[in-house]
Amino acid sequence: MAQYAVLIYAGDAAHGPDATPQDTAPHDRHAEELERSGALLAAYALTPRDLATTVRGDAITDGPFIEAKEIVAGFYILEAPDLDAALAIAKLNPVCQMGGGVEVRPVAGGGPIQRG
Amino acid sequence: MIEEAVAEAHRRGWALVLAATMRVTNDLDLAEECVQEAYAAALQSWARDGVPDQPLAWLTTTARRRAMDAIRRERTLRSKLPLLLEPEATVEDTVMDHPPAEDHDDEIPDERLRLIFTCCHPALAQEAQVALTLRLVCGIPTPDVARAFLVTEPTMAARITRAKKKVSGARIPFRVPHGAELPDRLRGVLAVVHLLFTAGHTAPSGADLVRADLVDRALHLARMLRELMPDEPEAAGLLALLLVTDARRATRVDAAGRLVRLPDQDRALWDRAAMAEAHDLIVAGLRDGRIGRYALQAAIASLYAEAPSYAETDFAQIVQLYDTLLKIWPSPVVALNRAVPLAMVAGPEVALAEISQLDLPGYQYLPAVRADLLRQLGRDAEAREAYTQALALTTNEAEREFLTQQVDG
Repeated sequence: MAQYAVLIYAGDAAHGPDATPQDTAPHDRHAEELERSGALLAAYALTPRDLATTVRGDAITDGPFIEAKEIVAGFYILEAPDLDAALAIAKLNPVCQMGGGVEVRPVAGGGPIQRG
Repeated sequence: MIEEAVAEAHRRGWALVLAATMRVTNDLDLAEECVQEAYAAALQSWARDGVPDQPLAWLTTTARRRAMDAIRRERTLRSKLPLLLEPEATVEDTVMDHPPAEDHDDEIPDERLRLIFTCCHPALAQEAQVALTLRLVCGIPTPDVARAFLVTEPTMAARITRAKKKVSGARIPFRVPHGAELPDRLRGVLAVVHLLFTAGHTAPSGADLVRADLVDRALHLARMLRELMPDEPEAAGLLALLLVTDARRATRVDAAGRLVRLPDQDRALWDRAAMAEAHDLIVAGLRDGRIGRYALQAAIASLYAEAPSYAETDFAQIVQLYDTLLKIWPSPVVALNRAVPLAMVAGPEVALAEISQLDLPGYQYLPAVRADLLRQLGRDAEAREAYTQALALTTNEAEREFLTQQVDG
């Protein structure tokens, strides 16, 4: 089994300080389905682009690293036997039907740090 | 004699032997290396012992044995470049339980299908898909693949290496997609074969109109796909399209290498056997009722080809077929191609109005068709201007010479 990172790209993150349950429902439902599938190892929703801060060299600037129509709105790590299986799961993300998309990339290594 | 037997086995069985060996190695590079060694070993062994009754079985067994030996010697190689297989028999079981055989073994054709679908996986850029297909499915050496696409050998080597690394690093599975996945994936495979054919049929650049080596490879792949997937109508449709299009190869340029337009080609020299085969495939497809874009294009090309003369072509039926094609594939290129028979049915003025709405920037055939329609309408100055625009977009020498004559003449 291999691990794949799924980076979720959207106009903005659904989980903002003022988000309503209706805003986050499709994404929360999808996360629950993933969790039940057993493929999910970790998942994180990020806050909107307004809360992003970028560091380039010594410079600190407001906003995402790349000012683009879509930014990383969240990410999760899934376990799958191969790329086809990973893609089959990733394409179910509701963002793919909302004008955004996901990037699927194999994980080279890493994982949660154990705290003593 | 021995060299010819090995060359024939290479031409006929490279993909089969490589695909069968990949089942053992789980490793693209190792499989390829072992197959190459098996073919090299054949030169010596067959010279000493004679050509075996089943050459491909001999080659497959030899390659797979070398692969197993290599795996035992270097277990770490597998971890460096893993290629996933779906859960099944171990290496030993695979070799012992399914001795390689030609043709009648159900497993062997599926191996080649896995190879093709792996090379044409949508996770790879299409140019990588094409390069990998030529290299691995057709067994063409990298320098020849580079020449085929007019890039330097180092550039093509890097492209192929990068593609292989993506296959192993991203764990692209060595499998045939099934169920809901298959239609989309097959479309991608057929698109690669069609692109290969198109690049050969009218070379993007250079002095020759036709790149016969690419055309022949595309036909070989289309035939292989048709044989491996007999129930897929679009695999049959693509083969029919390539057959009927290539049937005119002998007449597309004259003895001096100048472009000859369809109405002026000598129909007696067309490949009637290829046209008949295409016709049978088209009729069978129509009988099925499941008609796709390749089959429709093949039917259109067949109507052009089967008419006793250009003037006697059934242009009305061709327009109807284009209308059907546009419904399932609303492409401006299809709409442009439709304008040619439309001019014969409804007049060049109607066709000219149709193509004026098309958005095809940089597509050389748009100004070329417009120029021809303007010429038919007697608007020679405008036609010359349009031919000049087409000339600016054209890179193939044979086509450039034709367009230059229209501008000057």
